[in-house]
Amino acid sequence: MKISREDVLKVAALANLELSDAEVETYRGQLDDILTYIDKLNQIDTSGIEPMTHVVAASAEGSTLRDDVVVRSHVIGEVLRGAPDPAPPYFRVPRVIEK
Amino acid sequence: MSAQRWTISTVRAALVAKKISARELTRDFYARIDQRNPELNAFLALSPDRAYAQADRIDAAIASGDALPSLAGMPLAVKDTISTHGIPTTCGSRILEGYKPPYDATAVARLEQAGAIVLGKTNCDEFAMGSSTENSAYGPVRNPVAIGRVPGGSSGGSAAAIAADLAVVALGTDTGGSIRQPGSFCGVAALNPTYGRVSRYGLIAYASSLDRIGPLARKVRDAAAVMSVIAGRDPRDSTSAAAPVPDYAAALDRPLPGIRIGIPDDYFAEGIDPEVRQKVEAGIRLLEKLGCRRVSIRMPHTEYAIAAYYIIATAEASSNLARYDGVRFGPRVPGATLIEMYQKTRGRGFGNEVKRRIVLGTYVLSAGYYDAYYLQGQKVRSLIARDFREAFEKVDAIITPTSPVPAFRLGERTQNPLQMYLADIYTVTGSLAGVPGISVPTGKTSEGLPVGLQIYGPAFGEDRVLQLAHAFEQAGGADL
Repeated sequence: MKISREDVLKVAALANLELSDAEVETYRGQLDDILTYIDKLNQIDTSGIEPMTHVVAASAEGSTLRDDVVVRSHVIGEVLRGAPDPAPPYFRVPRVIEK
Repeated sequence: MSAQRWTISTVRAALVAKKISARELTRDFYARIDQRNPELNAFLALSPDRAYAQADRIDAAIASGDALPSLAGMPLAVKDTISTHGIPTTCGSRILEGYKPPYDATAVARLEQAGAIVLGKTNCDEFAMGSSTENSAYGPVRNPVAIGRVPGGSSGGSAAAIAADLAVVALGTDTGGSIRQPGSFCGVAALNPTYGRVSRYGLIAYASSLDRIGPLARKVRDAAAVMSVIAGRDPRDSTSAAAPVPDYAAALDRPLPGIRIGIPDDYFAEGIDPEVRQKVEAGIRLLEKLGCRRVSIRMPHTEYAIAAYYIIATAEASSNLARYDGVRFGPRVPGATLIEMYQKTRGRGFGNEVKRRIVLGTYVLSAGYYDAYYLQGQKVRSLIARDFREAFEKVDAIITPTSPVPAFRLGERTQNPLQMYLADIYTVTGSLAGVPGISVPTGKTSEGLPVGLQIYGPAFGEDRVLQLAHAFEQAGGADL
């Protein structure tokens, strides 16, 4: 077994994800299959191989950096209208600091 | 009029000849959608106000004799993972129910500037995670070619809209095959451009190092016309490439003879449906008949692509999807504490496949597992990219099946996620390597299900890929 019930619960907590008992059990079994399959990567010798961190080489064709300039976007009102509990100009959340 | 199959050029000709106005054309497309969508579920939201306003601008330009932009009046469908100002954009998820983006994706803005008419948003697997569009929180899409079957995914709504003539061009997004595979299942042309060729600004992120925007269309020529508009550097996406954009339409009619097409033996190993293999081989023979030279090549790391892909994609997803927490958009499920509010909102807002991938992605990034999974996955990604680079030293294009199977029945594959993942084998390789790939129809199975032929080109070789696909289509590839 690659992954235990406790592993799933630990990872779900890291991801701020509430899972039902049934979900924990289902995902555990499915992730076990997937991780067992993924293990085939360890068959390859990758010594001396650089990890691929960029898809487009940072060259003339690739990505370029721009100057860090402030640009006004004028969308605050619209953004707040889409929020579940806006308190313009803020988003309101449950209390995080004790009185 | 309703049965007519429009292309960009027939739309333009009809508008210029005043046989139809842009407003009438738009109304005609909405009538088709009203008629077909209850069954297909291809569209999640329609944007008639915006569409008719744009149509009226086109009609005014025609009335005053102004020059028309390249895509004037082209009815466009946009996948729901792409932001559209003021039009609901949910990514097929409950967690974004009711969300209206405050801005347009660059691809949408450019198309509208070129005269396209945005009809609405198309259904997809939740956050583009899936290969059947059965993972949408708003119900599955049905394949217009075979109504009891899936349209593929995740851009299943876009592919179905094109196959049912509910739009002339649709935008899709592709992370591991999500443009190409539904294109193959629904029998339409579907291009995944080079990573960085089309701006991702406004594309709601799933896996940032893999996500791309591209067109689906009935005709390759229309996909090429749309590419000419959406390709190119965008200061708002630092990964968009500055490489010059070729004239894709002009590339279509270049002569084929002498082009070397690579056939990777590794792609025709086990697991491929015999009828799919037969149709793809017939497609390769057609390309040879058109003057292409067949070259046998090796892509030795192909068998590791699925594993590398599902590590990298889920790792990036677990990070990208952290932003859905009930604070800034979408519905909130109340909780006694902030953390509890996050957990409940995410637990109820995300569907099964998304939760599964967040758990997997968080796991492979977590302390103690990072080197074994994520780092090894990225190294294997380097090897797969090298397979492609070495192949393109010997050939101009690589021909493969798009999917090992044709469209399957709704519900047939939902129980076993790993089996569903394994069917992405021919598309994830190109996703990892960052190269462009197009799916074009190469005949149908005995049950009448479309089969897709995939043409890969080297990075920024969209012109070559489109040229081959166009010649293939014109030579009757769809009827093999």
